[in-house]
Amino acid sequence: MIWVNVIIQGILVGGFYALFACGLSLMFGVLKVINLAHGDMAVVAAYVAVLLSPHLHIAMVWSFLIVVPIFGLLGYVLQRTLIQRSIDRDPFTTLLVTFGLSVIIENLLLELYTANGRTVNIGSIIAQSWHPGSIVYISYVSLVVLAAAVLVLAVLQLFLSKSRTGRLIRAVADDREAAQLSGANYKHIFGIAAAIAFATVALAGIAYGMMTQFAPTSGGVNLLFAFEAVVVGGIGSLWGTLVGGIALGVAQQFGAHVNPQYQVLAGNLLFLLVLAVRPQGLFGKKTALA
Amino acid sequence: MSKSPTPRALPSTGVAIRRSTHSPIYTLVGSVIIVVLLTAAPWIAPAQVASTLMNFFILVIMATMWNLLAGYAGMVSIGQQAFVGLGAYATLYFALKGVNPFLTIPLAALASGIIAIPVTYLLFRLRGGYFSIATWVIADTAMLVIGTIAVLGGGTGRLMPGLQNLSPSQTAHYSYLATWFVALIVIIGTYLLLRSRLGLVLASIRDNEVAARSAGANVRAARRTVYIIAAAGCGAAGAVLAISQPFIQPTNEFSMQWAAEMLFVSMIGGLGTIEGPIIGSIIFFVLQQSLQQQGVWYLIIFGTFAVAVALWQPKGLWGAFRSRFHSELLPVGHWVKNADGKRATGTLPE
Repeated sequence: MIWVNVIIQGILVGGFYALFACGLSLMFGVLKVINLAHGDMAVVAAYVAVLLSPHLHIAMVWSFLIVVPIFGLLGYVLQRTLIQRSIDRDPFTTLLVTFGLSVIIENLLLELYTANGRTVNIGSIIAQSWHPGSIVYISYVSLVVLAAAVLVLAVLQLFLSKSRTGRLIRAVADDREAAQLSGANYKHIFGIAAAIAFATVALAGIAYGMMTQFAPTSGGVNLLFAFEAVVVGGIGSLWGTLVGGIALGVAQQFGAHVNPQYQVLAGNLLFLLVLAVRPQGLFGKKTALA
Repeated sequence: MSKSPTPRALPSTGVAIRRSTHSPIYTLVGSVIIVVLLTAAPWIAPAQVASTLMNFFILVIMATMWNLLAGYAGMVSIGQQAFVGLGAYATLYFALKGVNPFLTIPLAALASGIIAIPVTYLLFRLRGGYFSIATWVIADTAMLVIGTIAVLGGGTGRLMPGLQNLSPSQTAHYSYLATWFVALIVIIGTYLLLRSRLGLVLASIRDNEVAARSAGANVRAARRTVYIIAAAGCGAAGAVLAISQPFIQPTNEFSMQWAAEMLFVSMIGGLGTIEGPIIGSIIFFVLQQSLQQQGVWYLIIFGTFAVAVALWQPKGLWGAFRSRFHSELLPVGHWVKNADGKRATGTLPE
């Protein structure tokens, strides 16, 4: 029974990792760049939710309805300005610039709002859980986040495969020059991809704030987990990311069960193991490999 | 193809090839004066200056190694703190075994270099941004593993033995000299490395990887060698860090701060030049010392500056200076000049 609980908790947290990671995956798939400030964007979103809600007189639970569109817009604007400018130089510059942004954001948050942990207050539901077995507790919040992750991935998948804009995004991801020759404005498409990535990561950041405390430095560690989920699942596969996130979550819960000190280590070791024996990940193609 | 090694002059084409932009005597004399002054610093300067210089040297070592990785071999690592930490802990380990801490520095460098060998086989499976984050996973894993080893102080840390039987002034002098000499060796070593065959291969990869491959350059082996050397250099930086701040803690030795500093310093000073990281480190320390009352603002300002440099002046301050004044202190490339002394090429060789 105890192992059932370990696996269930792993699946619950794995859904969150996938939600966190899908923007990272999309940005890499379309723009061929990694946004090293991805995790910090999530933290900024959580801070915005916490600080903005009292002014707008809305319950913090619903703050995502406002923050997520704001971040979508922010993603588009940042892409068309700063990120596009660095992509125009080369992918190398993009890494330097986004890493720089990450350090700047983290320290700015530290300076403005201290290192104290905060939460997105959702009232008494945070402590409530479904209790199907003797020692199995399923927190309602985690369950909602997992459902949201699956929903976001499903909508994203449908959007990319069925809609006109989705097809354009995939065309640009496959072959930018050819898509451009056929009339696609790739910079606009890049902007849309970044907008989606920022919107999903804002949602992930607020979800994180609902589940646990966040602090200025939370972004880095979550980026690490998201990245591990992407590689374990297979670079370029959305559903692979979900499976990767779950595998990572289960490994972490397993490690934590042995010794709380081993929680993150177990996830890292799973990642290194996958890298050693199946570098393309569980569902991936070999495109991102050297 | 050529029958002789690179000729110094090519009479038939009317151009000559030179290393330096000025007489190397100036560089040599200037270097000797600086080396003498910095070696004597703990005796002639206040203790505060010497200890600041020590931190400066540690940053110069790390930044020089990071620049070798990113500026010359195109690998953006955000996980070099792995080897800083491993170097520090190797020093602690050997000191616990009774080895004199100062003698552990080469051992720490060696240990970091050896650990880097298997790491490259994992990391080199990924490229670009994924490579970068994977280096961070390696650093995180190294920190977590070290944190589980009780004899090395676990997660809470441990004081390094072997320094307590020296007087405070002796400790200060010796650790200053150790740090300074490591920095000197790293800079001279990098300079010689870049003028060697490997340096030539790196330059050819940077200019055109496909052409370099087809001309027979073993790109992967060159990158691997650079990664291992950079790991050893960061290990030595970690060792002198451990000696200068002898309470060894995982969160301090493996801090992401090191990665941020070495990256910003190299970007601002100028990637792909030996002088760049040194100049970047000087700017960093001036800023840090003048803003030290204002918390982490120095890092925010410095980071913003680094991002701006990456976007608008990607060759860094030294790169900008070099292409404006056609001058360099530690030349690793070649100049092509017409026989009449005018420059034959429009741009500076890189």
